[in-house]
This record gives sequence, structure tokens and C-alpha cells, in this order.
Amino acid sequence: MNFSEVFKLSSLLCKFSPDGKYLASCVQYRLVVRDVNTLQILQLYTCLDQIQHIEWSADSLFILCAMYKRGLVQVWSLEQPEWHCKIDEGSAGLVASCWSPDGRHILNTTEFHLRITVWSLCTKSVSYIKYPKACLQGITFTRDGRYMALAERRDCKDYVSIFVCSDWQLLRHFDTDTQDLTGIEWAPNGCVLAVWDTCLEYKILLYSLDGRLLSTYSAYEWSLGIKSVAWSPSSQFLAVGSYDGKVRILNHVTWKMITEFGHPATINDPKIVVYKEAEKSPQLGLGCLSFPPPRAGAGPLPSSESKYEIASVPVSLQTLKPVTDRANPKIGIGMLAFSPDSYFLATRNDNIPNAVWVWDIQKLRLFAVLEQLSPVRTFQWDPQQPRLAICTGGSRLYLWSPAGCMSVQVPGEGDFAVLSLCWHLSGDSMALLSKDHFCLCFLETEAVVGTACRQLGGHT
Amino acid sequence: MGDWMTVTDPESKTISQYTSETKMSPSSLYSQQVLCSSIPLSKNVHSFFSAFCTEDNIEQSISYLDQELTTFGFPSLYEESKGKETKRELNIVAVLNCMNELLVLQRKNLLAQENVETQNLKLGSDMDHLQSCYSKLKEQLETSRREMIGLQERDRQLQCKNRNLHQLLKNEKDEVQKLQNIIASRATQYNHDMKRKEREYNKLKERLHQLVMNKKDKKIAMDILNYVGRADGKRGSWRTGKTEARNEDEMYKILLNDYEYRQKQILMENAELKKVLQQMKKEMISLLSPQKKKPRERVDDSTGTVISDVEEDAGELSRESMWDLSCETVREQLTNSIRKQWRILKSHVEKLDNQVSKVHLEGFNDEDVISRQDHEQETEKLELEIQQCKEMIKTQQQLLQQQLATACDDDTTSLLRDCYLLEEKERLKEEWSLFKEQKKNFERERRSFTEAAIRLGLEIGFLLLSVLHKKCLLGIHHSSTVSRCGVRRQCNQDYICCLKRKYNKKLSSLLPSPSLLYIRSTACFFYLAMCHLHIPPSKNVAVMSE
Repeated sequence: MNFSEVFKLSSLLCKFSPDGKYLASCVQYRLVVRDVNTLQILQLYTCLDQIQHIEWSADSLFILCAMYKRGLVQVWSLEQPEWHCKIDEGSAGLVASCWSPDGRHILNTTEFHLRITVWSLCTKSVSYIKYPKACLQGITFTRDGRYMALAERRDCKDYVSIFVCSDWQLLRHFDTDTQDLTGIEWAPNGCVLAVWDTCLEYKILLYSLDGRLLSTYSAYEWSLGIKSVAWSPSSQFLAVGSYDGKVRILNHVTWKMITEFGHPATINDPKIVVYKEAEKSPQLGLGCLSFPPPRAGAGPLPSSESKYEIASVPVSLQTLKPVTDRANPKIGIGMLAFSPDSYFLATRNDNIPNAVWVWDIQKLRLFAVLEQLSPVRTFQWDPQQPRLAICTGGSRLYLWSPAGCMSVQVPGEGDFAVLSLCWHLSGDSMALLSKDHFCLCFLETEAVVGTACRQLGGHT
Repeated sequence: MGDWMTVTDPESKTISQYTSETKMSPSSLYSQQVLCSSIPLSKNVHSFFSAFCTEDNIEQSISYLDQELTTFGFPSLYEESKGKETKRELNIVAVLNCMNELLVLQRKNLLAQENVETQNLKLGSDMDHLQSCYSKLKEQLETSRREMIGLQERDRQLQCKNRNLHQLLKNEKDEVQKLQNIIASRATQYNHDMKRKEREYNKLKERLHQLVMNKKDKKIAMDILNYVGRADGKRGSWRTGKTEARNEDEMYKILLNDYEYRQKQILMENAELKKVLQQMKKEMISLLSPQKKKPRERVDDSTGTVISDVEEDAGELSRESMWDLSCETVREQLTNSIRKQWRILKSHVEKLDNQVSKVHLEGFNDEDVISRQDHEQETEKLELEIQQCKEMIKTQQQLLQQQLATACDDDTTSLLRDCYLLEEKERLKEEWSLFKEQKKNFERERRSFTEAAIRLGLEIGFLLLSVLHKKCLLGIHHSSTVSRCGVRRQCNQDYICCLKRKYNKKLSSLLPSPSLLYIRSTACFFYLAMCHLHIPPSKNVAVMSE
């Protein structure tokens, strides 16, 4: 495992291009495009204000930079560096901006979610979509980029509109039986749309592409409901995480629950492997439960080393007592992610913020639990294989795979606090983002990871 | 005369004599009667008073009375005697005094008796009263005890009910608490959302105000250097009704493709599962069909159903193409037949389990002996046949030789020989035809023999399979019986080896090679099986499964 030099970054804006060749990062108002393999700067663009959001177009030819304070969007081309495009929303303001799947239209959400303006880079035409819903996930595109689903609200009722992305024609418009729609998401096969309600009401509705209601699912009434939803990449399963600390898996044939996964604070089943992160004093030998062989302890090691120990059941995990009189309490399943082959599901129960639970979907039972020393900030699956990368805000990166797990110290002067991470398309490397810097971590594809971590001689 | 008591209580003499007389009379009557029995009765009522003393015995009675009175403390009735010899004179005064005293005494006694009687009566009535009171009180006590028990019971029931109600109340309180918590969390969420919305509304108001006040309106525009071509290189198209229709078509196509794909997957899965089920069914049938060959043993309904089932399934198997259809009846048929087979298999396994338990109680089953006897009979029969055929062939040969021998003589004999030859020829012809027939018969017999041998071979094979199966079961349960069976196995093997040798010898002389090969193969088969019996039981299963 090799780590690259650290580079400057702001606002955690660092994205790989969809074709995997380039890496875009932001430093204040500058956009830096690097080559992924050599990390050499290929392009440098300057925007008019501090950038709040960047996004690659689907064909990796353009990058948009959104500056919400000024209401500006600037688009840069990789092929023609001198090409420029500036979209000014003016008095309408800007709260969100994204590409359409064909990479030639930009959808700007104006302030107060008054409307969505569709700017075309090919023609001079502008389209407006009225009454978009101000919710967490109001726009979703199908994976093949043909259709867009948009959540709307008119006269205190929720609607969903399906547009054809090629010509922005409205295909279907139907109302949903929700109190206050919070999110919509297409299934990876593009034929089913999941629509879920606010957390005050546990309800998830499934609509077919042509707007027919396929099924409704509601696990219980009155208590706080759905917190997070994830489709499995094969579209066979829909995982619904709720505030009661359970994940319910619905199957794509009957849209009924096939199982529910509870997240208790004590684990008693001896078949489950529980990895507990433990601080390691420098004197002790390195006992990583990792891919063989264990890391050799060459070189100066920082004092905060850690390793994983397998805890024997029964194991009790650290729980957090939620404050009951606040809204959006820290309970329930806040994070859900399927592995790319749909074999595993990683979840985090917000009551037990230090633990990541990995479920085996083939056998529909708990596979492993990883307990870290600090709360888990984010985790992401490798896009190619069932390998999970976790970061907790410390200077360590954690990797889990069915073979085992390991904790890697990110080298750097001082502490490199990993706040977020982002896998490369091929699964060979990963970008680790901290508040002001980022670095790349290269993983060897073969299972030999035992070399000591060393720094790449970095020269810009 | 002992009724009298010394009572010195001069009570009132007004107590009626009548009562005292009547009271007194029975006892005194008795005593008087006793006296009267010894003394002759007088005539009138007062006669018994005169019965004691008559004119005859005055002196005795006086002396007796005097004695009695003096013993009672009364003064003597006699005057003071002047001399010893003279008769004592009766002292009238003393007598009268004594009488008076006696009367007084009598009155006193009567009084006392009256008192005693009244007291007795009183006491009696008191006693009765007390007894009645006692019984009443006892009854009261009883009833009050019962009442108390009843009240205790009620009390207990009420306490139970009370506890239940307390529990219900607690549950209700808990539920209320829970609902209150939920309501509280919902309320906070609502408030939070409401506040957020209000803040947004306020911002909107501010912006609107700003816009209204602000004269200079910032232009909303896009400044682009040059327009970029479309991603797919084509030109944009106008939005018309045709494009709408096209979009609809495409959408439906996508949906249909997805459904078709899923249906294909499901069909494939169905076909796989059906194949698996059919295979299972066939294997189950084949496992259970050996039962047909042994109907004499457990002849019960299961074998009957096996046979009928096998026939039924044989008919079904011929319609294998029907299985590819996925209609309701086919599905039901398949599942029903699988279920039937499974039930039969289950009962078979249960029976085997019972057998195992029986076997290790009764020892080695003698079913082999029976089949071996059968086997022996068959072989003896066949040996006999072979013997007969051989003898026939020998006689034929002899005759032929004789004929040839007698052919080298003079002419007459040559003539004769010619005639004989002709005769012989005809006879030979006949005998040849006979021989041919016999050969045919023999062929048939040989065929039947081979079939029998094959059958026997298969039987032995299946028999050995079942034996091995039981050996496995036995081997698991008892190691001791293994050694015993090992001895028998040895005997069995020796016997079968001899048999095999015999067969081979005889068959090689008679049979053409192909069937011999077959017989040899079956022999090899059960020879191998016999070898396997020498392997310890744990390996048997693995070997047999191969």
C-alpha cells in the first residue's frame, strides 16, 4: 500500500473522473485537474468565487464548478482549456447544480427551490421545471441515463415527474401517497422507482417506470420511520434502514420483507467475527489480523498505532444514549451500502456510532462487526470487489474484506485526519480527504500488502 | 329395710304423705314383698304393715326392733331390766318416743327427698337447657366457621382480582408512557420542521422585499464561448407528437425487456428445480423398487403402493416432454408423486431402523439363508439338467461309434449296413432332429439359466447392498456383532467362491463366450462386493456410494 504526497484541498472537493483517468480537486477558487497515475497537474482553472461544488460530466470531458453565494456555475472543458462557460442565475439564486446524464445539460436549482432551470450547452434553449420538492434526494437519474425522476410538491401534495433526458419531455406525472416525500431513487435496472416518506411516517412506495404503483411497504406506525435506503446493485434487494435500529430487506419479486437485521448492543453468536480496534503501544509486536503477512514494523512509527483484535463473544458494544428532546435523534440506521457484487451490506447504527456491521446477503445473517475507537465518519465499498474502506476522522484508514481487516496509518507530517474517502473506479486506488489536504492511496491488486508504508518521494 | 337414713333435719311435716308413701312404697313394697314372700300375706292394704309382726311373734319382733333401734342410736324399747332372767317389759314411753322420733325422722327424710328431687329436676332441666344451648352454640360455631371460610375465599379472590387489575393498570401506564414518548418525539420533529419552514419563509419574504425594493435587476443569462456538440454527435430534434410516442415506446420496451429477462431467469430456475425433483424421484423409486422382489417379508401396503407407483411412474416417465410445460396439473402431479415417494422412503427408513433394533436383539437375520437355499435348489436343478444332457450326448456318441465300428464287415453286413445305414440315417436324422430340439431346449434352458444367473447375480448384489447397509447400521451400533458377522461373512464368501468356481467351470463348457462374459462380470461384481465386506463398515458407505 503506497501513499502519495499530500496536496492542498478545500471543502472536501476531490473527485475522480468517470473514466478513471483524471482527478479534480479544488483549492479555494482554483480547480486543479491531475492525472491519476502520475498526479501531475494537467489543467488549472480559476473560477470567480470560492467553489462549493464540482461535478464531472458523464463523458469526463467537462467539469462544472458551482458557486452558490454568487449564484454562478462555471463549466470547464478538458479537451479545450480555453473554452469557458458561465451560467449566472442572477437574482434567482442557486442552491444546487448537477449534470444531466448526457453531459450536455446542467440542472440548476434556484433558491427556495422555486424552480429547476435546465441549461443546454448544445443549444440556446432553457427549460424550467416548476415546483421541485425541497428534500434531501429530489432528483434521481437512471443508471443508463435515459430517465430522470423529480419530486414535486403542489398544493400540499407530493408528485413525481418522469422526464426523458434526451429531449426533456415529460413522460409521466403522478401523485404519491406520501405525507411529505423525503427521497426518491431509481433501482439500478432503471425499471422501479423507490419513493419514501418523511421520518414521521414509515412508508416506502415502489413505482414502475410507467408510473404504476407496484407496492407499498410500511413496517410500523407512529414511531420514527425510515432513515436511509439503498438498492442492491443487482436490483434484487432494497434495504430500508429505520430509526428503530433495524434494516429491512425487501425482495424485488414480491416487494415484501424477506428479513430484518437488528443491531443489538450485545453480540452473542460465536459465528460472527467481531474486530475491535485496539491501541497498540510501539513496543509490542505488530499483531494485525490482516492479509498475510503482517506488516513489518520498519521505519519510524508514529505513536498512535492500532491493530485489530478479534473479540470473543459475548461482546458488548459502546452505545450512545440519544438526547430524547431533540429532533433528528442520533438513533437508527444512518448509513447503508451494498457491496458491488451484492454479497455484503455494510450498515451503521447511529446509537452505536463506533461500529460498522457487515451482513452476508447470501445467507442473510450478520457476518462481521468492526468496532473502532472513534465514531465512524464514512465508509465506501471498492467498486470492483467486496472490500470496504472506513474512516473515522483519525489518521488511520481501515480496510475490511472477507479475508480479514487491517488498519493503516496514513503517513504525513503531523496528523492527517481522514475526514472522507473516495475510491477510484478500478478499485486500485483511493483518495483520502482531510480538511485542508488530500492524498492518494494505491492498493496493490495482489494480496500482498505486507510492505511497510513508506512515503513516495513527492515532487510537485 | 335399709332405706332409712339418719337425717337429723326436722323439715316441715307438711309434705304430703301421699307422695312419700307413693315414693316409698315401691321400695318398701319390694322389701315388703320380699318379706311377704317369707311371711304369709295378710288380707287388707294395711296388711303388709302387719306382715312383719303377727300375734305369734310379738316378742321376736319387739326384740328385733329393739336391736335395730339401738343400732340406730335410739334408746332401747325395753324397760331397764331388773334381773337377768326375767322377761324385759316393753317401755311404752320409749316405744312412743321412738315412734315419734321415727315419724319426725321420716318427715325430715321425706322433705329432704323432696328437696333432692326438686333439685334433681332443676338440675335435669338445667342440664337439658345447657345441652340445648351447647348444641345451638355448636351449630352457631359451625355456621360461623363456614362463613369465615367463605369470606376468606372471597377475600382471596378479590385480592387476586386486585393484583390483576394492578398489573393491567401498570401495563396501561407503560403503554401510555410509550405513546407519550412517541408523541413527544413527533412533536419535537414537527416543531423543528416547522421552525425550518418558517425560517425559509422569512428568508423568502426578505428576498421578495429586496427584489421589490431593488430597481437594478441582475440579468439571468448564460455566457458561453461556443456551443458544444451533442454527446452522441446527432442533431437535436423538435419536440413533436411523434417524439412523444417514440418515448413512450422506448419506455415500454425497456419495461418489457426487464420483465422478459426476469421471466427467463425464473423459467430457468423452474426448469432446474424440476430436473432436480425428477432426479430425486427416480432415485427414490430405484431405491425403493428392490422391495418388489421380497414380497414375502414385509408385505404391507407400502410395497403395494410402491409397485403401483412404479407402474404409474413408468407411464409418466414416458411422457417426459410434458414436464417442460408449466401448467397447474403437471406441477401438482410432480409434487404429489414426489411427496408419495418421500413418504414411502420415510416409512422404509423407519422400517429399517426398526429392523436394526430388532437385528441386534435377534442376531443375524436369516434371510440370506433362504435366498441361498433357493439358489442351491436352482443350481441343483440346473446341474441335473446338465448331467442328463451330458449322458444323452454320451449315448449318442456311443451309438455313432458303434455304427461306425460295425460298418467295416462283409457285404451282407454291407447290405445290412446299407439298410442299417439308411435306417441309421433316418434314425440319425430323427435323432438329429431330436438333438436339435434338445439343443433348442437346452438353449432355452441355458438362456433361462443365464437369466436366472443374472437375476441371482443382481439379487445377490442387492442382497449384499442391503446387507452392507445393515452392516453399516450394525457397525455403527455394535462392534461385537461385526466380528460375529465377519465369521459368517467368511463362510459366505467361501461358499460363494466355490459356487462361482463351479459355475465358471460348467458354464465355460457349455455356454458361448458372450454370456459367459456377462456371468463373469456379475460374478466379478459380487466378488468385488464380497471384498468390500472385508473393509470396515465406516468405509462401506463411501465405497458403495462410488
